[in-house]
Amino acid sequence: MEEVPHDCPGADSAQAGRGASCQGCPNQRLCASGAGAAADPAIEEIKEKMKTVKHKILVLSGKGGVGKSTFSAHLAHGLAEDENTQVALLDIDICGPSIPKIMGLEGEQFLEDNLGVMSVGFLLSSPDDAVIWRGPKKNGMIKQFLRDVDWGEVDYLIVDTPPGTSDEHLSVVQYLAAAHIDGAVIITTPQEVSLQDVRKEISFCHKVRLPVIGVVENMSGFICPKCQKESQIFPPTTGGAEAMCQDLKLPLLGRVPLDPRIGKSCDKGQSFLVEAPDSPATVAYRSIIQRIQEFCSQRLPEGENLVGS
Amino acid sequence: MEAAAEPGNLAGVRHVVLVLSGKGGVGKSTISTELALALRHAGKKVGILDVDLCGPSVPRMLRAQGRAVHQGDSGWVPVFVDREQSISLMSVGFLLEQPDEAVVWRGPKKNALIKQFVSDVAWGQLDYLVVDTPPGTSDEHMAVVDALRPYSPLGALVVTTPQAVSVGDVRRELTFCRKVGLRVIGLVENMSGFVCPHCAECTNIFSRGGGEELARHAGVPFLGSVPLDPELTRSLEDGRDFIQDFPDSPAFPALSSIAQKILSETPEGLS
Repeated sequence: MEEVPHDCPGADSAQAGRGASCQGCPNQRLCASGAGAAADPAIEEIKEKMKTVKHKILVLSGKGGVGKSTFSAHLAHGLAEDENTQVALLDIDICGPSIPKIMGLEGEQFLEDNLGVMSVGFLLSSPDDAVIWRGPKKNGMIKQFLRDVDWGEVDYLIVDTPPGTSDEHLSVVQYLAAAHIDGAVIITTPQEVSLQDVRKEISFCHKVRLPVIGVVENMSGFICPKCQKESQIFPPTTGGAEAMCQDLKLPLLGRVPLDPRIGKSCDKGQSFLVEAPDSPATVAYRSIIQRIQEFCSQRLPEGENLVGS
Repeated sequence: MEAAAEPGNLAGVRHVVLVLSGKGGVGKSTISTELALALRHAGKKVGILDVDLCGPSVPRMLRAQGRAVHQGDSGWVPVFVDREQSISLMSVGFLLEQPDEAVVWRGPKKNALIKQFVSDVAWGQLDYLVVDTPPGTSDEHMAVVDALRPYSPLGALVVTTPQAVSVGDVRRELTFCRKVGLRVIGLVENMSGFVCPHCAECTNIFSRGGGEELARHAGVPFLGSVPLDPELTRSLEDGRDFIQDFPDSPAFPALSSIAQKILSETPEGLS
């Protein structure tokens, strides 16, 4: 019985199918044929397209359901509150595209003048339609989103991702390789079941040399609206994101508490920042958004001279 | 896809139940684990196959993280999580050299491992094999449904949380089930309300009602709502037996009734 290799060099690497760890892999023959080895021309095309995009931020987690899409949407809303800032939000969760719902969009690409959104959700005719695609087809869609959508002059492109460390993540990093990603914001919840997946995601970032802007701990405590006492619904049994960040020497960008109004706003497709400006969650979000802006402003966008102002 | 002529390593497995969702983080692994524990308490032998290759959560939930997998004559020997050997488990988590190592694989490689998990694990005699899946409707799901097809799974438990964002993804998962001919045993709504331990006020943190409505819309049985209970989360973090330790928890009745539903689907399950 063969073992599946752990150190797969990657289907598009020069070592594909030829590496020592390829022996016995069911894909060995395919990789060795050079099917994946040629550089994809789309990478250069995307680099050109991305010249008008100043900052690119990926929102990642290893874990599902921690609030990536919620965070991505509100990061976009927060940045777009300044009408002079052009924001684009790209949802590459092909199987579970949540962004259209959270942004309250029914098939329109633009929410406000300065906030544009793209998602496979817009391409589906019915809410019951399932996107049952294997990796290569998902990768093709992501390539199209990056290469064929006319993003225009954008200050921030935010990319919302599905959970995991697979096709979508590899593809978006690969296709944006030449275009320079500012970094990744990692979302987690406090408990170890989340953190153990998130550490893998951080390890993925290191592997593909993606800078980590910092970690956001979401669903961090719940204040009962009646008695105002706090409960830890997702207890930080191993020290939460704070301990993990100390361990891995990464910035903890902030902690966002649970507020039932967040879920309600997302259900209605409205900005929680506007719906509940007094919520401690809004305060936390705004502080995190500011830290992300500061991080990005320290990194000069490539080809800045070419982008007219 | 070939339909296996010989039963192979699943010959001794009576019933296969898949746990699916379209959405991440709704509690698939939690429900899979609690279902296994509840079935064990009903005197059944249970296996859990964790095909979430990027985020394998089940080993920790049963205090089996870091255990090694051995090869026997018929294939991989699954990890037993208890002395009585009533719950066995296979997960990619056991194959990683470092726990924080990321499994950064594209679809074809994931498919290959999942096929091996189905055909090359020596499960032995089991009453139930519970298959925990990652979120989505992609490679892992197609691979596991294809590989399990010759064994006529009992069906799928589909998990959602109440809010629209979850229901939106889970609707698509129900379409997936229909398209691949997988029967939906029922829909479970998880994280359905939180009762404050200080004042007993119930707050619908993740909205309410979406699961039941979806079940009605899709014409599938609604198996119940499981409320949020920090004791449940903590129990899973520590790999303890929630079904045994917390029979008074508000989450217990719903979790029990899910197990009862599975048992009632199979004639010998009621003995």
